[in-house]
Amino acid sequence: MVSKALIEINGLSFSYDTRPILNGIDMSMRRGQVVAIMGGSGSGKTTLLRLISGAIQPTAGHVKFAGEVVHELSRDALFKLRRKMGMLFQFGALFTDLSVFDNVAFQMREHTDLPESMIRDLVLMKLHAVGLRGAHHLMPNELSGGMARRVALARSIALDPMLIMYDEPFTGLDPISLSVIGNLIRRLSNSLGITSIVVTHDVQESLKIVDYVYFIADGVIAAQGTPKEVRESVAPFVHQFVHGEEDGPVPFHYPAQAYPQDLGLEDNRV
Amino acid sequence: MSRHILSAIQNIGHRAIESIWRLGHASRFFVLVLLKSGTSLRRFNLVIRELYFTGVLSLIIIVVSGLFVGMVLGLQGYETLQKYGSESAVGTLVALSLVRELGPVVAALLFASRAGSAITAEIGLMKATEQLAAMGMMAVDPVARVVAPRFWAGVISMPFLAAIFSVMGVYGGYLVTVVFIGVDEGTYWSQMQSAVDFRFDILNGFIKSCFFGVAVTAIAVFEGYDAPPTAEGVSGATTRTVVTSSLVILGLDFILTAFMFRGVS
Amino acid sequence: MQRTTMDLWVGFFVTAGVAALMVLSLKVGNLNAYNPSQSYIITGNFENIGGLKVRAPVKSAGVVVGRVTDIQFSTQTYDAVVTMSMDSRFTFPTDTFASILTSGLLGEQYIGLAAGGDETMLKNGDKVMKTNSAMVLEELIGRFLFNKAAEE
Repeated sequence: MVSKALIEINGLSFSYDTRPILNGIDMSMRRGQVVAIMGGSGSGKTTLLRLISGAIQPTAGHVKFAGEVVHELSRDALFKLRRKMGMLFQFGALFTDLSVFDNVAFQMREHTDLPESMIRDLVLMKLHAVGLRGAHHLMPNELSGGMARRVALARSIALDPMLIMYDEPFTGLDPISLSVIGNLIRRLSNSLGITSIVVTHDVQESLKIVDYVYFIADGVIAAQGTPKEVRESVAPFVHQFVHGEEDGPVPFHYPAQAYPQDLGLEDNRV
Repeated sequence: MSRHILSAIQNIGHRAIESIWRLGHASRFFVLVLLKSGTSLRRFNLVIRELYFTGVLSLIIIVVSGLFVGMVLGLQGYETLQKYGSESAVGTLVALSLVRELGPVVAALLFASRAGSAITAEIGLMKATEQLAAMGMMAVDPVARVVAPRFWAGVISMPFLAAIFSVMGVYGGYLVTVVFIGVDEGTYWSQMQSAVDFRFDILNGFIKSCFFGVAVTAIAVFEGYDAPPTAEGVSGATTRTVVTSSLVILGLDFILTAFMFRGVS
Repeated sequence: MQRTTMDLWVGFFVTAGVAALMVLSLKVGNLNAYNPSQSYIITGNFENIGGLKVRAPVKSAGVVVGRVTDIQFSTQTYDAVVTMSMDSRFTFPTDTFASILTSGLLGEQYIGLAAGGDETMLKNGDKVMKTNSAMVLEELIGRFLFNKAAEE
């Protein structure tokens, strides 16, 4: 694929109060690409998604989406831009007071003047794409976790976005639902040309479906590469993360004073 | 010792500054809700949906409480008034207490604990489960789509609920004094009608309930929207809605009463 | 589907609310009996109004014909100027006598009008010339004692 980059991130930094979260991130994503962003908990992955969607302002650097610098846009322009983005939240974030059908139809009703008959057809098509056409009359509390996330996926592709961001899409799913979601992400990118950013801890599942991986640690990109490169990497951090080792560059112990001293043993000896 | 006192004073200062900061924050949010009310007034279906939840579902508690408050007023009023041989004035007593004070105030207190807390919990939960964030990501403003319709539904419901409460109370008093005790029916109504004035009593009571409606729902939507997105956060916000709106209702009632009925018998 | 029943309930709620307001205005507040839009204003100067208050009734032969709308103190005549809003259905001669009376021994005070025999009627803005002040208990007792002393 040689098409121009859809998203360009240059020198992106963000700090919360004075605590730096991200520190000079550079990334680039093409159309139709599936990119995974991995890193330990609290490494700023979700912050990165919020910066891309313009929910927060960077302290330095910028995110360019389809040629526009996100944080320089006015509120109206940002809302217009967001129609080209979809986001799948960790637990789906379906509107609990609306049925599955109305959830998927939500954006069409809010942003378009399509007649109800056409909305019905479109909604059923979107639900069909995630295999839940038969569940359109259910309420969100009647769905399992995996089904809820598939409905949320159908909802986020309602207006045919150019980009979908997935915030921990695999959390808390059984192995079957997990691979269903994984395959859906891949298939949507292939068939609709949607760029996908997957923020996840789930190394094995995501390596199966993505084109490129970024590892974030301590606010910088610690490593990057294709799944093949990542699997074969000997870099200690990547090795620890991919193979799920307990101790390594990411220590098991939170920094503390020496153990014997903490238990007061040294004092007694002296 | 002096350090303890110092830190206590510091603590009080902190809290004072904190509450002033919150008040400013809430006022800004209130203005924001008003500015973004265009959508909900254009798409009135959204408000009608919320009217069902705030208004219709509050009806039962309002009707039953109104009836009982009126019955108690009738009974107590009769007991007291008959000592002075003025039991014919019991209709006046019931109607004036209800229309001027108890109708708007008690209905607003009930409304705060029934509908206000529900609004806070609903908006807080929508925030905690990222539904509001998801809406923002879909380029739909949650303040315009979720908060404003609930606000207006509350503002519209409150005067109706207060009026229904007062009417139920008047008939509750009628039930006890006329039907059970045997005060003359004509006296009950005519004494009431000669004493209750449309402009001074009924209109002022109506205005009061409008003020209470704005105050209660503004507090409820703010607390919900401002709630920390956790289980404790939402439950704390719900409690704060009931406590704050009850205090604001009573405080506001005093101020409004002082303005409305000053210099009038 | 669900929306229509919801609409029905909301419609019911709004109807009940409006009906309650109507009941309050008409049955409790008796809005239809006294309409201030069709009224005329007259004033009267009283030497002493006793406990008369704004919104007290103005009665003639026991029937409410108007209400007191304002009470002021005049620094020219050093007495009280009482403004009354009268129901325009009832007109009174210019030599009508206005006195401040008490309903019952300890009841509320009101203005009683006793019609005179003049041909011309009181118009909007007119002044009642013949007034009688409120009875003040101390003066009453004082007069009684004085009379008793004079008899003996």
